[in-house]
Amino acid sequence: MSAISDLAQGDALPEITFEITRADLVAYAAASGDQNPIHQDEEIALAVGLPGVIAHGMYTLALVGRALGEWAPGAEVVELGSKFVAPVVVPAEGAARVTVSGTVGELTDDLLALALLVTSDGTKVLGAPRATIRG
Amino acid sequence: MPIDASLVGRGFPPTQPYPVTTDAVVAFATSVGGSFDVAAGLPPTFPIVVTFAALQDFLAAEQVELSRIVHGDQRFRYERPLVIGDVLTAALTVTGVRSIGGNDIVSTTSEIADASGAVVCTATATLVHRGATA
Repeated sequence: MSAISDLAQGDALPEITFEITRADLVAYAAASGDQNPIHQDEEIALAVGLPGVIAHGMYTLALVGRALGEWAPGAEVVELGSKFVAPVVVPAEGAARVTVSGTVGELTDDLLALALLVTSDGTKVLGAPRATIRG
Repeated sequence: MPIDASLVGRGFPPTQPYPVTTDAVVAFATSVGGSFDVAAGLPPTFPIVVTFAALQDFLAAEQVELSRIVHGDQRFRYERPLVIGDVLTAALTVTGVRSIGGNDIVSTTSEIADASGAVVCTATATLVHRGATA
């Protein structure tokens, strides 16, 4: 979207919505090595008390990584993380939607902190999300 | 099965060296709906691959069933961008175990090092071990 030098404190980082399907979770499980069945098998997910098949928390955080790539292409990410505060339930048919938006925070030395909001169906799914890029 | 609080402070052996290949990065990027462009760098969450290997070794050593685990928190601090050709290991240390509402919360830090032994990324993870449902 813009060079990092164009980002100024208070700038809104435009909202991006991503979709997650069960097939995506199967592909992600293979690519990441996380074959926890709660991300693929409804019966097991329900048996351990979850509301259904849930996306890997790291899938959602990877979507934040994609958003960073849209907002500040090629920026060096020096810090990224969050709490996983609510599950993203992925239906057997169709897709779950995750929306990522943000605001540019303070530039300290050469590091730019981004404030993020990550929701699914209006519920905040990432807690205390933190991303810092080199400005 | 509760997780033993005496694990706090215990370090686990580094994971098997993991060579970062273009194929692996493309598969990872594609699985989250993206694409891989060398100029733009690796997906920032790619180090979860070796972090998860370390977590999985830890869970296997403690005989914890993966399906009872939910990821509570994950943070990465990067010392440098990872590149294709890096050979990575992750060495996990348990930094905390506490029990809340029948669940055990395990905090870990994994230092991810390259072939020279330099730390390239520090990954902290919290795992929630869900107690058996009645």
